[in-house]
Amino acid sequence: MSGLIGKKVGMTSIYDASGKNIPCTVIEAGPCVITQVRTLENDGYEAIQMAFDEKKEKRTSKALKGHFAKAGTTPKKYVAEFSRFEKGHRKKFGDVLKADVFIEGEFIDVVGISKGKGFQGVVKRHGFAGVGQATHGQHNRLRAPGSLGASSWPSRVFKGMRMAGRTGGNRVKMINLLVMKIDPEKNLVVVKGSVPGPNGSYLILERWS
Amino acid sequence: MNHTELMNHVQENMVEKKEWPAFKAGDNVTVHYMIKEGNKERIQPFQGVVIQRRGKLATETFTVRKISGNIGVERIFPLHSPFIEKIVLNRRGVVRRARISYLRKLRGKKARIKEKRM
Repeated sequence: MSGLIGKKVGMTSIYDASGKNIPCTVIEAGPCVITQVRTLENDGYEAIQMAFDEKKEKRTSKALKGHFAKAGTTPKKYVAEFSRFEKGHRKKFGDVLKADVFIEGEFIDVVGISKGKGFQGVVKRHGFAGVGQATHGQHNRLRAPGSLGASSWPSRVFKGMRMAGRTGGNRVKMINLLVMKIDPEKNLVVVKGSVPGPNGSYLILERWS
Repeated sequence: MNHTELMNHVQENMVEKKEWPAFKAGDNVTVHYMIKEGNKERIQPFQGVVIQRRGKLATETFTVRKISGNIGVERIFPLHSPFIEKIVLNRRGVVRRARISYLRKLRGKKARIKEKRM
């Protein structure tokens, strides 16, 4: 595996070779600094800790300042761990990774926190179809969930029954997004399709092949 | 660089943009649009009045309206579509708005637009 931390910049569209208009997302990915290497001996597992996005020195705690100083870098806003880095991509402490980790034309996974949607009903939250008819005696149950189960047996509602509630704001992974363009100078990655979260939110980009 | 600058950078450098004559709402244009029929490709002209231009940079589109027979036909073109062969500016019109949707309600003589004299 190989990866980067990024920030969603926004969406636009690009024409492919056949002239099709492809919707795509622009991600600012890197430069990411490796701030810690977890080893089997020390930590019991293998992983690489990466940091991304500049942070003001005065907003950083002393403990974190020390942590970043060890890696020889300025304080960063977002820190994430990546496990199972491939041998070829295994990096050393203090290394800086840029957008050229990825190549145009390959497929990557993007992880983000989806936009919060508040308290939503079952139609939006779980894709229920609703009642479907506004006429034939219906008047106020167009988006109702319907029956929750049988009556005397089991005399209760099963656990995990899909109901209304808080929607969005979850960790979501979009898999197999095509990398359309790379700009190593500006550290930009352009992927096909959409990614979770609002513009400016942090994303984790992974390549597993 | 902030996000707007990065987006502009992407749209200016990664998307192929085309140069057309400067036209705006109220102008009469002919869009030569490439159409694929099976394996054959041919160019179809679409002549009409520009109703509006919307969006910016790489995702800008414009709407052209013509009267075909007695029926109004509107078509939205992406400004930088690779299928647009060329855009010919036939006539400049005098209109006061950037989007002339009022034209849809007008028929016949009322739907005329005064020509802009250069």
